[in-house]
Amino acid sequence: MADSATSRSRDLDKLLLRPGNLVGPSFEPGPELRDDLRDYARVLVVGAGGLGCELLKDLALSGFKNLDVIDMDRIEVTNLNRQFLFRLEDVGKPKAEVAAKRVMERVNGVNIVPHFCRIEDKELDFYNDFNIIVLGLDSIEARSYINAVACSFLEYNVDDTPREETIKPMVDGGTEGFKGHARVILPGITPCFECTIWLFPPQVKFPLCTLAETPRTAAHCIEYAHLIKWDEVHSGKAFDPDDPEHMQWVYKEAVKRAELFGIPGVTYSLTQGVVKNIIPAIASTNAIISAACALETLKIASGCSKTLSNYLTYNGVEGLHIKATEFVRNKDCLVCGPGVLIELDTAVTLRKFIDMLEEHPRLLLSKASVTHRGKNLYMQAPPVLEEMTRSNLSLPLFDLMGKVSRDVVHVAGLSSMDNKKASSMRKLRVAFKGVPDGVTDMDMAGGA
Amino acid sequence: MAEAKVKYDRQLRIWGEQGQAALEKASICLLNCGPTGSETLKNLVLGGVGSITVVDGSKVEVGDLGNNFMVDESSVGRSKAKCVCSFLQELNDAVKAKFIEEYPQALIVTNPSFFSQFTLIVATQLEEDSMIKLDRICREANVMLIFARSYGLTGFVRVSVKEHTVIESKPDHFLDDLRLNNPWPGLKSFAESIDLTVADPVAHKHIPKVVILVNMASEWANSHDGKLPSTRQEKQEFKELLKSRMIAMDEENYKEALESSFNVFAPRGISSDLQLIIDDSAAELHCGSSDFWVMVAALKEFIANEGGGEVPLEGSIPDMTSSTEHYVNLQKIYHAKAEADFLVMEQRVRNLLKKTGRDSASIPKHTIKSFCRNARKLKVCRYRPIEEEFNSPSLTELQKYLTDEDYSVAVGFYILLRAVDRFAANYNSFPGVFDGGMDEDISRLKMTVVGLLNDLGCNGQTLTEDLISEMCRFGAAELHAVAAFIGGITSQEVIKLITKQFVPMLGTFIFNGIDHKSQLLFL
Repeated sequence: MADSATSRSRDLDKLLLRPGNLVGPSFEPGPELRDDLRDYARVLVVGAGGLGCELLKDLALSGFKNLDVIDMDRIEVTNLNRQFLFRLEDVGKPKAEVAAKRVMERVNGVNIVPHFCRIEDKELDFYNDFNIIVLGLDSIEARSYINAVACSFLEYNVDDTPREETIKPMVDGGTEGFKGHARVILPGITPCFECTIWLFPPQVKFPLCTLAETPRTAAHCIEYAHLIKWDEVHSGKAFDPDDPEHMQWVYKEAVKRAELFGIPGVTYSLTQGVVKNIIPAIASTNAIISAACALETLKIASGCSKTLSNYLTYNGVEGLHIKATEFVRNKDCLVCGPGVLIELDTAVTLRKFIDMLEEHPRLLLSKASVTHRGKNLYMQAPPVLEEMTRSNLSLPLFDLMGKVSRDVVHVAGLSSMDNKKASSMRKLRVAFKGVPDGVTDMDMAGGA
Repeated sequence: MAEAKVKYDRQLRIWGEQGQAALEKASICLLNCGPTGSETLKNLVLGGVGSITVVDGSKVEVGDLGNNFMVDESSVGRSKAKCVCSFLQELNDAVKAKFIEEYPQALIVTNPSFFSQFTLIVATQLEEDSMIKLDRICREANVMLIFARSYGLTGFVRVSVKEHTVIESKPDHFLDDLRLNNPWPGLKSFAESIDLTVADPVAHKHIPKVVILVNMASEWANSHDGKLPSTRQEKQEFKELLKSRMIAMDEENYKEALESSFNVFAPRGISSDLQLIIDDSAAELHCGSSDFWVMVAALKEFIANEGGGEVPLEGSIPDMTSSTEHYVNLQKIYHAKAEADFLVMEQRVRNLLKKTGRDSASIPKHTIKSFCRNARKLKVCRYRPIEEEFNSPSLTELQKYLTDEDYSVAVGFYILLRAVDRFAANYNSFPGVFDGGMDEDISRLKMTVVGLLNDLGCNGQTLTEDLISEMCRFGAAELHAVAAFIGGITSQEVIKLITKQFVPMLGTFIFNGIDHKSQLLFL
C-alpha cells in the first residue's frame, strides 16, 4: 500500500482498505474490495437530469467503474442552471449520451453506457444485470415502475423471508426547490416505493366547474384556456406543451379571461408553470441529495459504513433540517410482498388467466403481458412478439409453466386501481389445485 | 438576456428577479479548491453569481483526480486553482472567474485587506487558527463568511456574520393574514352586506368563508358580551353553530369555514418572535442603523399606534370557494387596507430617517412595501465569533449534547474535528494519514480529545473508542460524495445569504455520514 498516497484512490482507500468498528456487517476491507468495486460492481443510474448528472459524477468518483444511464429526454436550455454536464451547444442532444460522454472525458477509466430510451423499453433482464439501481427521477410513475421492476426479482423462501441473493437494492433521490429526500430501498427488508406511496400525495386538480364558472385566481384562468378553451377552438388538435405557439395561445386566452373577470396575475411564466406543472429546481439541492444517494450506494456495495435506515429528508427553506426516518414495510404490499396468491385449476388457459386478472379485485389489470422465469408466455407488444406468443393463449397455464405445483409469474399491464389507469407490474404466486408439491418446484427447492 | 431568463427559469421561480440580481452582483472568494470548495463553487457558478476568485497554492496531484471532478489527467503538476477555475468558467460564461495561486493560510497573515473586496468568502478545509484569524478579518471588514470542511465521513458547515436580517423569509407554511379575530371596519361592513340566509342555494354555497366567519363571529359576540369563543366548549359550540347554517351537505365554503374557524379563536396581536425583534436594542436607532432596523423601529411605532397591536396587513388572500364577484371584491378590500397601512408605515419610516439625519427618501418605496407584506415573517440571525465559540462554548448545551443519544455522534464529531487540528499542530500530520502507526495515532488522538474536553470544561469526559478509531481511519480523507454533500449545503446557505431570502442555518452543522443523524449544534 506504499502507493496509496500517490494513487488515484488516495482518499477512498482510507475507507475501503482499513478495518473499522462502525461499519456494515459484510465489510471485508482490503485492496480486493476496492478492485471488486471497480471491476465487478455494476450500477444503473435512472435519469440523466439534475440528479442524474450529479449521480454519475459522484459515483464515478466513489470507486465505481461500470455505470449505465438511461434517459429518454433531450437537453433543453432550462436544464443549464443545474445539469452541469451540459452546455448551450448540447441543446437538443440526448441527455444520457452527453452526460456519459462528459463524465468519461474527465474521469479516466470509467465506462458509462448510455441508453437513450424510455425505461419501459428495456427488458426485465436488462435491469437484473445491475447490482444497484439509483434513481434520479422527477415523476412518481417512473419511480413506481422501476420499483416494481426491482421488486419483481425478489423471491421468497417458504417461510416468507426474502431470499437474500434476489434482493435488488435501490437508492432513490428527489428534490423540489430547497427540499429533497434520499432513501434506501432493500426490497423485502425496507419499505419499497409502493409501501410508502402516501409520502407522495396526488397533485391537486381544480374542479372543472370552478374553471368554467367561478374562476378566482390566475391559475384558474390559465387552466380554463388550457383544458377547456383549447378543445373548443382546436377541434381534435392535441395541445403540445413544448410548442411555443400553443403556449402563447393559452397565455393570450388566459389574459382575456382574467380581464373579463377582473383577476390579476396572469403572466407567461406562470402560464408555463401551471400548464407544464414545472417544479422549481436548483443546483445546490440536487447536489446535496445526489451526494447522499451516491454515498449510500457506496456503502451498500462495500459495507464500509452503516446504511441509512431508511429515509432522509432535507429542508433548507428555514434554517437547515436534516432527518433520518425509519419507515416500516407494508406486509401486504402488492409489489414487494410475497405476491398475490392465485389458485387455479390445471385446465385454465393463458387467455382465461389474463381475463381473470382484469376482474381480480386486488389487481384490476387489463391488457396483461405474462412472463414466467424470464420466458415470455404472452406479450401484448411489440407486434412481432405478440404474434410469436399468440399461440400460447389457448394452452393451459399449467403446461406453459412446466407443470409445477406453484411458482411466481410476472404480469405487466394497465392497472385501474383508484380510478386511475397506469402501467404497472405485478408479481403473482400461482398455485395449481390438486397438484402435489414435487421436486420440480423451484421455489421450494430454493427454500430447502 | 432573454436566453439568461430561460436558462435561469427554474431558479427564478424560487428567488425571483431580485434574488437573481443580487447573485449577479455578488463576488465570491473561495479558499482552497479541493472537492469541497470546487463543488460549492460549481453550484454557485451554475446559478450565475457575478464573479468568483479561487485561492489555492497547491499543485494537482494524482490523488486529486480521484476526488475532484474539476481536475483531470492533464492537470497533474499544474496549479490547482487555475485548473479548477478554468473548468468552472466552462459551466457559465456569464461569470467572471479568476484564480490566485497562493496558500490561503499564508494570505490571511500577509494580506488581510485582500478579503475586503468580496461579498462573501467560502473558506474550506482551514485549520482552527486560520479560521479564527479570518473570522476576525471578515467581521472587521463586514464581509460575509462561511466555513466548510469535509473529513472522512464527517464534516461541518458554519456561517459567520455579525448579523443577517431577512425580510423575505418565505416560510413554507404560514398562517394567512385574514384578521378574522379582529376585522377592521371595512371588512366588517363588506361582510355585513352579504346575506348569509340567502335562499338561492347556488348563491349560498358561493359565499366565501371569510364572510361567513366574520359574520358568525360578530353574531356570536353579540350574544356573548362582545367576546369571541375562547374555551374549548365555546369553540365547539361555535363550530356547531356554523354547521347548523349549512343548507346542503356539499357546501365546500362551509367546510372551509369550519377548517378555518381557529382563525376566529386565535389570540390577537403579534407573535413572540416578532416581539423579540421589535424589543431588540438595535431597534433604538442611531445614525448608523441599517434600513432593516429603521423599518423595525417604524413597525414598532405602527403596532403601538395605528395598528392597535397588529402589524400592517399583508393584503393577499388564499384561494377559497366563492363566486368570482365576491372573491374579487374581497381581494380589493384586503389590498386597500394593506395599501393604507403601507402609507402610514412609509410616513413613519421617512420621519425616522429624517430624525436620524438621513435622506428621508433613502429607503425605496418597494422595500418598505415588501417589509410591510412580510412584517410577520421577519428574521434576525446572529452568529458568535468563531473564536468565542472555540474558547468558551456553551457548557450547558455541550453537556446536553454529550448525553443525548440523538446528538452523541454529532457532538463527538464536533469535538474530534477540533481535536484533529490540535493533533496536527502537535504532530505535524492528521491522525491516520499514514498506514503505519495507527494504534499510536489512536491513543494520541484519545489523549488530545480528553485534553480538549478538559479545556472546554468537561473534565474527565471522553468519547467512545469506536468513534475515535473511526476518525483515525478517516485519515483526513476528502471523499468526493461527502465533499459534494458539504459543498451542496454550503452553496445553499451562500444563496440564502446573498439573496437575503429564506433563512440561513444557525449554529454549526455537523455532518454524520455514518447513519445520517446530522445535527445543528448551538455552542
